[in-house]
Amino acid sequence: MSTAFGEDNPAAARGDALGRWIGRHPVWSLVIAVVVIIFLWLVLAPWPAGFEAVFGKKRLFVNALFNGTTLGGLYFLVATGFTLIFGLMRNVNLAHGSLYLFGGYMGYEATQWTNSWLFGFVIAFISCAIVGIAMQFFIFRRMEGQDLRQTLVTLGLSIVFADLMVWVWGGNAIQIDTPDYLLGPTPTPIVVALKSSGEAVFLQYPIVRLVIFAAAVIIGVAMWIALNRTRIGVMIRAGVDDRDMLSVLGYRVQLLFIAVFAFGAGLAGMAGVVGGTFQSISLGEDSHFLLASLQVVIVGGMGSIPGAALGALIIGLAEQFGQTYFQNYATVSTFVIMVIVLAVRPQGLLGRR
Amino acid sequence: MALLQTTERSPVGIADARGGAFSQWIGRNAAILLLGVVLLVLPAVATNFWLDQVVGWTMILGIIALSLMFLAGYGGMVSLAQMTVAGVSGYMIAVFGVSSLPAISLFWPWWAAAPMAIVIAVAFGALTGILSSRTEGIYTIMITLAIAAAFFYLTLQNWPIFNGFAGFTTIPAPVAFGVNWKEPIPLYYLILFFAALSYLSVAYISQAPFGLALQGIRDNPRRMEAIGYNVTAHRVAAYAFAALIASIGGILMVWLNNQISPGSAGIEATIDMLVIAVVGGLGHPIGAFIGAFIYVILRTFSLDVLVAVGLDGRRFQTLIGLGFLVIVLFSPDGVIGLWRRLVDRAGRSNNSGNGSGH
Repeated sequence: MSTAFGEDNPAAARGDALGRWIGRHPVWSLVIAVVVIIFLWLVLAPWPAGFEAVFGKKRLFVNALFNGTTLGGLYFLVATGFTLIFGLMRNVNLAHGSLYLFGGYMGYEATQWTNSWLFGFVIAFISCAIVGIAMQFFIFRRMEGQDLRQTLVTLGLSIVFADLMVWVWGGNAIQIDTPDYLLGPTPTPIVVALKSSGEAVFLQYPIVRLVIFAAAVIIGVAMWIALNRTRIGVMIRAGVDDRDMLSVLGYRVQLLFIAVFAFGAGLAGMAGVVGGTFQSISLGEDSHFLLASLQVVIVGGMGSIPGAALGALIIGLAEQFGQTYFQNYATVSTFVIMVIVLAVRPQGLLGRR
Repeated sequence: MALLQTTERSPVGIADARGGAFSQWIGRNAAILLLGVVLLVLPAVATNFWLDQVVGWTMILGIIALSLMFLAGYGGMVSLAQMTVAGVSGYMIAVFGVSSLPAISLFWPWWAAAPMAIVIAVAFGALTGILSSRTEGIYTIMITLAIAAAFFYLTLQNWPIFNGFAGFTTIPAPVAFGVNWKEPIPLYYLILFFAALSYLSVAYISQAPFGLALQGIRDNPRRMEAIGYNVTAHRVAAYAFAALIASIGGILMVWLNNQISPGSAGIEATIDMLVIAVVGGLGHPIGAFIGAFIYVILRTFSLDVLVAVGLDGRRFQTLIGLGFLVIVLFSPDGVIGLWRRLVDRAGRSNNSGNGSGH
């Protein structure tokens, strides 16, 4: 298995590589170009009346697109910690959904106290990181290499965590207030319809979702840079490939494990605050986001961060389009995607064996 | 995967004398035979509550957990989708058979609806097997959990087939061969019959060539492939067989509860099924039923016990989770393993002079 966290293509060579790729795959290039053009037309141009009669309102389509993409950003935040922990420690952390929920509740408490939305993220990150450190330090360190047993322990922990959280916070849904400066919709340059006078109607979209999505992208890029350009990143990638060798070379692997577990858990916690702001957090959301993480890493590739990004986008879009266009079978769409990926590329789209 | 390496140490010794064989067999299986006799005469003494809600429910959960135990213990594939398979067959018996929803149910007679439900559930189980056989080991848990969760959310969202979160009610066991199987005692015997049948068939298959090949694949798939076994086909066949058992459990579950809703095969139920199988022990088919019995007893009486010792009665799940953690951390082969170690220790201290220890 070679590096699972993206490739080291120097950015300078990118342009040339693209040209060569087009030269080698003319048909595929054409297909991709046509798909991109159709997609851009679908998003940017106002739809003709006949087209809307068949495919429904453009507003629905664009909303599903935006919701799916921003939901993908949220899924990426959750799944990236999951995939990082799995990639390095071979630990399928089935308590990851519980960490998400816990982070959401802690963030809620923090914002209630201080009235600061951003402080909620800090508290959520720290509290989940502490739980993650405790899990790695007290339990998983003692059963290294026993995949199944670790997984069963995370499962047991998720049962206990879920019940304790019901005890503390009850079964009602909790919504984290969006701060004033991010409240309300913002106009976007996308035309959703034309008024009878010919005047264009532009899409209004909640600022907070766009900001969060941008933050998810920034976090993703920062992680990619950290993994590919820093010393810790090199250690993590080396650990993913061969952790025994890394430890033989004298690196403090246990410390690295704890750091990665803390970071992955902290990300899940921050995602909990995002989820609490986007939607709401309540009993049962832990399994919802555990499922999302599982689907994201199965589709994107286990242990791969670019894979988590791609998988999150696909699953988020599939879920939202499913809910918009065939409500009764929305989950089937993500399931079908999972089945197709498993059939064609069992290791996931960007995963490596 | 140390958890899965402890299958039963089957004493396949050939008896010297023919006459001795039968009594030896009796001796080896004395506990099971005794249990069978007790279960057969139980209706004479037990109340209907104990018959159906405790023992019957135990046997149904045991049947479903047995299918998981078969896959995990003999095949090394920890499938979390077994409760989902049971859920599929349970839903299908409601869709094809009788329920309080004439808009959805087709009202087929039981002899058509039950086989149909089983066929669909087995097809679903085999599909799960095909998908999860594409990867190995720990990925199986992830994929099957994703499938189970997807099915749960599907049943929750879908109204045309699964009737959303309301599910189906009034799905009685049929009247057949002059017996009303809905009545507590006939229903109990029906469940007992299928529990015994699935237990015996798993016990038989574990010794049959197919089961032995499966155990070989569990221990070293690459070597089995090299010998010429079709590893994937064996795995998928194992999934299909496990699905057959689980689907029977699913139908009985619906007939006993008289309803099915998304929660019946929800994520919690899915995980509880793994808890049952692991707590009982993945090393022997009886482990599934032991685990189920512990679970049902806890579920039925934990409220009273928790309140009696001054704790909140609603903390049942914490109790289950902690118990599960204790078992996973300290006795990975479950209650069965605990029992074996006790017996071993007793045996060793008895023959300490002979030096015949392991």
